[in-house]
Amino acid sequence: MALIDFQGVCVDFPVYNASGRSLKKRLMLVATGGQLNEDATGVVVIRALDNLTFKIGDGERVALLGHNGAGKTTLLRVLSSVYAPTSGSGLIQGKLGSLIDISLGIDPEASGLENIYIRGRLLGMSAAEIKNKAPQIVEYSELGDFIEMPVRTYSTGMHMRLAFTISTTLRPEILLMDEWLSVGDEGFKHKAEARMKEMVQSTSILVVATHSRELAMNTCTRALWLEHGKIKMDGSSKEVCDAYFGPVAS
Amino acid sequence: MLSLIHARRTILQCEIINAFSLNVVRMSNSTDLGYKDVHLAICRYDLAGTLGWQDVKQRYRRSKLGPFWLTISMGVMIGALGLVFGGIFNTPMREFLPFLAIGIILWVYISTVINEGCTAFISSDAIIKQLPLPLFLHVMRVIWRNAVILAHNVVIIPVLFLVFLKPLELVAFLAIPGLLLSTLTLAWVALLAGVLCTRYRDLTQIVASVLQIAFYLTPIIWMPGLLSGRRSFFFLEMNPFYHLIEVVRAPLLGSAPTLTNWVVSAALALVGWIITLWVHGKYKNRISYWL
Repeated sequence: MALIDFQGVCVDFPVYNASGRSLKKRLMLVATGGQLNEDATGVVVIRALDNLTFKIGDGERVALLGHNGAGKTTLLRVLSSVYAPTSGSGLIQGKLGSLIDISLGIDPEASGLENIYIRGRLLGMSAAEIKNKAPQIVEYSELGDFIEMPVRTYSTGMHMRLAFTISTTLRPEILLMDEWLSVGDEGFKHKAEARMKEMVQSTSILVVATHSRELAMNTCTRALWLEHGKIKMDGSSKEVCDAYFGPVAS
Repeated sequence: MLSLIHARRTILQCEIINAFSLNVVRMSNSTDLGYKDVHLAICRYDLAGTLGWQDVKQRYRRSKLGPFWLTISMGVMIGALGLVFGGIFNTPMREFLPFLAIGIILWVYISTVINEGCTAFISSDAIIKQLPLPLFLHVMRVIWRNAVILAHNVVIIPVLFLVFLKPLELVAFLAIPGLLLSTLTLAWVALLAGVLCTRYRDLTQIVASVLQIAFYLTPIIWMPGLLSGRRSFFFLEMNPFYHLIEVVRAPLLGSAPTLTNWVVSAALALVGWIITLWVHGKYKNRISYWL
């Protein structure tokens, strides 16, 4: 059973400007006896997420809506436990998977096959597991003999196909996404679409940050509307979409 | 036999902890000892190994000799320094060159691990911001990468011994535990430097300068026998780098390291790790925020 349970999660980013980050400033501060006020030390704190409390249970498909800078990506990063909440607590139960940056760790100088191993390892697969799945990945990505070639010789489309295929091999219980992934040319697009749908279906919780009404309405059951790091609205995707995008003109 | 059973048990423990940490994550800003992070990283040593190898391969991908360029440039440097300083100090080459070679090869390993440890987190920021990997893993990657490079450079040593027909004595085997002990110390220095340098970016430059000075203060291009009395106490006994190098170099040159060398090296590893685990535990949750 998968579960996400956030209790009053806050995320504050300290922003050190060039001098705030330096030791010199710290030492000088001691020397001047702390006359400078807090702002002058250069530490400005940005509250990216403000007191978020929500629970996401099995089977829920959640769309994160909100303008740029509303905190969608930060929330996704907290969910993938990259950022620990500054205050509050979160519980995440279930194996996590993320399709946020599918090209992460791909080395352009290494061959496609080597990259399957590197990327697979990064995603937490064991060597044996990758060895088992490598032929499927090669076949699915339709790269043919190019799989032995360095990735830098690939076109952007081929690169994405490889990255997409490796990342979608896993079947996590909680899936995090930043917008729907769409890769490849006409032919591959349909295949990829089907694979994405299948992956989304097999996961028990989906959290996707999106600006697309269509995605929020069709794929998701629930939507969280974030504004300035706070939850402005939490409800069924239809309710929230009507409030966020405006009612459908029809 | 006993150690075998023990090893198996630790592997099993790793699996349990790994599966557990993947399935339930409790997040809060609470601090704990950095022990868990380090343990989880060690459990995923294979990933650190893959990434470290990749780094070495990447650097020399399209060159014919690959990483052996390192060996060649190191060999040339040792030859040049040997000629100049052997002449200045008037030391016979048969004695000076092996001493210099071992010292420089070890120094390059030590100083690069520390320097790259400073940027271990900064240079893996893309991974840290995407995947919840244990942070010590990025330090292990640095260590592994440099151990691979060290292994390439080490080739020079037996060649030199052959050229000068210098016998390798049985005591040379002590160099292996010596190297492990030194690496244990390097590991915490790199981790601590990584944590602090991510927060205070100037520290990277300071560390680099300190290391450069340490290179001249440590008997690498000059032999410790040149010093005597109080000077020798300050430059040798008080210099941690001297002990870290000596536990490896002395056995290779045919004499066992002194008790002081062993004790200081072991104490450095022990005390250093305790402090580092405390600091790492306190700040590990902040590292992704500082990047």
